[in-house]
Amino acid sequence: MSTYRFAKSSDLPALLAFFAKENRVLVPVVKQAVKPSVVFAPWKEGMDFTLDKPTVPAKEAVLPPSETLVTYEKTRNPEEPDKFLLHLDDTPEATPTVVFGCRACDARGYATLDRPFLNGLYKDPYYAARRNSLTVVTLTCNSGCNTCFCHWVGGGPSSPEGSDILMTELGDGYVLQAVSEKGKAVLEASPLADGQDREKEVMETRKAAWATLSKKPDLSFAPDRVLARFTDTDFWKKETERCLSCGACTYFCPSCYCFNITDEGSGMGKPGRRIRSWDNCMSSLFTREASGHNPRAAKAERMRQRVTHKFATYPENWGAFSCMGCGRCISNCPARIDIRQIVLDAIALGEKE
Amino acid sequence: MPVLEGKELRIVAFLCNWCSYGGADTAGVARATQPTDLRIIRVPCSGRIDPLFVLRALLNGADGVLISGCHPNDCHYSAGNFYARRRLEVLKQFLPILGIDDRRFEYTWVSASEGQRWQQVVTSFTQRIHELGPAPRLEDAEPLLEMADMALKPLRPLGTGQKAPLDELKACIKSKIKDLDVVIGWQQGYDAAHTVPLFMRTEEDVDRLVWGPFNVNNPATYVNEMIGKAVPLDKVKKIGVVVKGCDSRSIVEMLQEKLIDKDNIVLFALPCEGTFDMARIDRELGRYSKIDKVEYDEAGVTITADGTPHRFCITDYAQGKCYNCSMPLAKDADDIFGTAPEITGTPSTPPELAMLDAMTLEQRFSFWKGEMDRCLRCYACRNACPLCVCKDYCIAETREPHFISQEWNVREKIYFQYIHAMHLAGRCTLCGECQRACPVGIPILALRQQLVRIIGQLFDYKSGMDSTATPPLLCYKVEETNIKQREL
Repeated sequence: MSTYRFAKSSDLPALLAFFAKENRVLVPVVKQAVKPSVVFAPWKEGMDFTLDKPTVPAKEAVLPPSETLVTYEKTRNPEEPDKFLLHLDDTPEATPTVVFGCRACDARGYATLDRPFLNGLYKDPYYAARRNSLTVVTLTCNSGCNTCFCHWVGGGPSSPEGSDILMTELGDGYVLQAVSEKGKAVLEASPLADGQDREKEVMETRKAAWATLSKKPDLSFAPDRVLARFTDTDFWKKETERCLSCGACTYFCPSCYCFNITDEGSGMGKPGRRIRSWDNCMSSLFTREASGHNPRAAKAERMRQRVTHKFATYPENWGAFSCMGCGRCISNCPARIDIRQIVLDAIALGEKE
Repeated sequence: MPVLEGKELRIVAFLCNWCSYGGADTAGVARATQPTDLRIIRVPCSGRIDPLFVLRALLNGADGVLISGCHPNDCHYSAGNFYARRRLEVLKQFLPILGIDDRRFEYTWVSASEGQRWQQVVTSFTQRIHELGPAPRLEDAEPLLEMADMALKPLRPLGTGQKAPLDELKACIKSKIKDLDVVIGWQQGYDAAHTVPLFMRTEEDVDRLVWGPFNVNNPATYVNEMIGKAVPLDKVKKIGVVVKGCDSRSIVEMLQEKLIDKDNIVLFALPCEGTFDMARIDRELGRYSKIDKVEYDEAGVTITADGTPHRFCITDYAQGKCYNCSMPLAKDADDIFGTAPEITGTPSTPPELAMLDAMTLEQRFSFWKGEMDRCLRCYACRNACPLCVCKDYCIAETREPHFISQEWNVREKIYFQYIHAMHLAGRCTLCGECQRACPVGIPILALRQQLVRIIGQLFDYKSGMDSTATPPLLCYKVEETNIKQREL
């Protein structure tokens, strides 16, 4: 039996204060502009926050846009002045963090990142340190939206995968349900009132959310059909003709995890830093080799990489799509490229053949 | 430090090898007393100095930057300093919009024999910087968010373009499509309230062409990758582009810069009655599952989403650029349909720029810190720009030269905006694609608007209007009309 707690809207700041005692709490905040956006920011007492769907996913909690992997410093060896001593520090930085108010698609993003970073041949210590100290409080969606399609790809508006606590909005407040051991411990220690009696209402609200979603096509053939298009250059050219080759789709994706590693500073005199930062397969530089040759010189090949990885090769390796259906790559695309359409076109073309 | 009292500040000086560096040397040999705040970097010519060097220095904590070259008409390379004068004057006038005091930057001319003049230049510039004190640091600024007021008056009646002779245009494209590899236009996107670029190759494709206020994308963005000079000759196509007035300016600018060849492009034009600011439309619509229908009338559209109608009057919801538009119909197009409306009145200051104009230097500095903080460095702004033609080889991502690091801070993010803006100086046509493309709504267009204003005032020039004109930073006048030399 799950642990349930109930919070009125007015209780939420107190709940955040409770989290903030021992954690950095990332909450969605509105950045007012002609085109407003919702981004995650560390919560401070008295800060305004929102529970609207964030424009950016909360990926930064486990995979920051830029992080220092190693600091290095060269100093002269006092005993042998013609030689240097090298000091390295590669301790992972991890602040215990609570992500509050992300959506089910964001949380499933964490589960998707866990596979390559934690379950593969090599475990990434930096990722592991942050992931282990992360608590995810997910707000379930009460309705679908025009660009999201989480239910196509194995998720749903209240999918618990990757979350510790699911929070559902009811008419008079929020019910928080623990969906992991960690979530249970947190909820039990929290100052919130018991919400067990609201379970039925919660389940009904979540069910009602499913009813608002768009019609779900059958994607079970997607991995084969997308892979079958791999050598069909014309298909990709046609689908990506309007692509601008920027990185918006990948940087706003909860499950894109490609990165770049660069060294900043020589380490002589003051410490240098080896930085891991987000990179994206949409950039020509991503695959350009030192010789100047680029195996993915055209934007069609780069978009093929992104779609194939999400719908064919990642599933082949890990048994699930690595698209969360959050729709951010569609709504944030300056040319409104629709990944749903690309996959559906690949399936339709496969059927014809 | 005999000349000035107090602590040293950090002043970076770029001196040309042939005159000013010699002048500094002459001053040294003559044992002229000088303040010691200056750090000199020797360059071959003042024309070698990229304004980005100055901006990088100021952003990285220099309290002042001084540039000195040969006197006009004395350049070792005959014209380097003439080009420099234009660039550096634009830079100087650009600084205030960033929140940087323009007194912190100066350029002047000192010849190799003018040791005494050099002494005086250094002394007075150093004194000026000391009076200003240490430069404000980005780290210390308090972030500020501010919103532009989009209530504007158009120079012509805006509308929804439903009476435009679209069928005639379609017929014309159909008659020419066999001779063209592709024609770029717009088609409906994932719902009736969004359009996406359309690439027409067959007559059936042409039937999907739409015309109206949702045609926001600038099709010129795709031109360079198809027919740009960098495209291998055997792959160059002959393309057609359907353009709004503003789109045509991007293409004319490309022709001006000889990035493309007129023989490879055919322009089709209809009179534009304004396009929607999709940011404000989407904000108004909020979260919805489905667009049921979009109904057009003369003054606007009614979008019904999830059963709720929302009315958008074009006069209230047009893109900022549409209000100031004085060329709704491309004048240089090959096939023009319809007639251009009459333009009345003079353009007002663009809304984003007006907002910054009303701020103090300190507020502007804080504003850019507050706004740029949420930048994800996705480079949508760069890639949506029709005039950013070296995007695959952008200095924002190269290691050689190493202009920007991958570190995650406002300084690096804002520096990219400086790069983009400076690289567009005298070229930008204010199509607004950079700002429209920004997924997090940073009003970066303001920087370009300021540059366009400066270029207009200094050189009486508007980019993308005349395909035979030379962009102002690619030429010079021996006697500049509007550049006044300041004495140091």
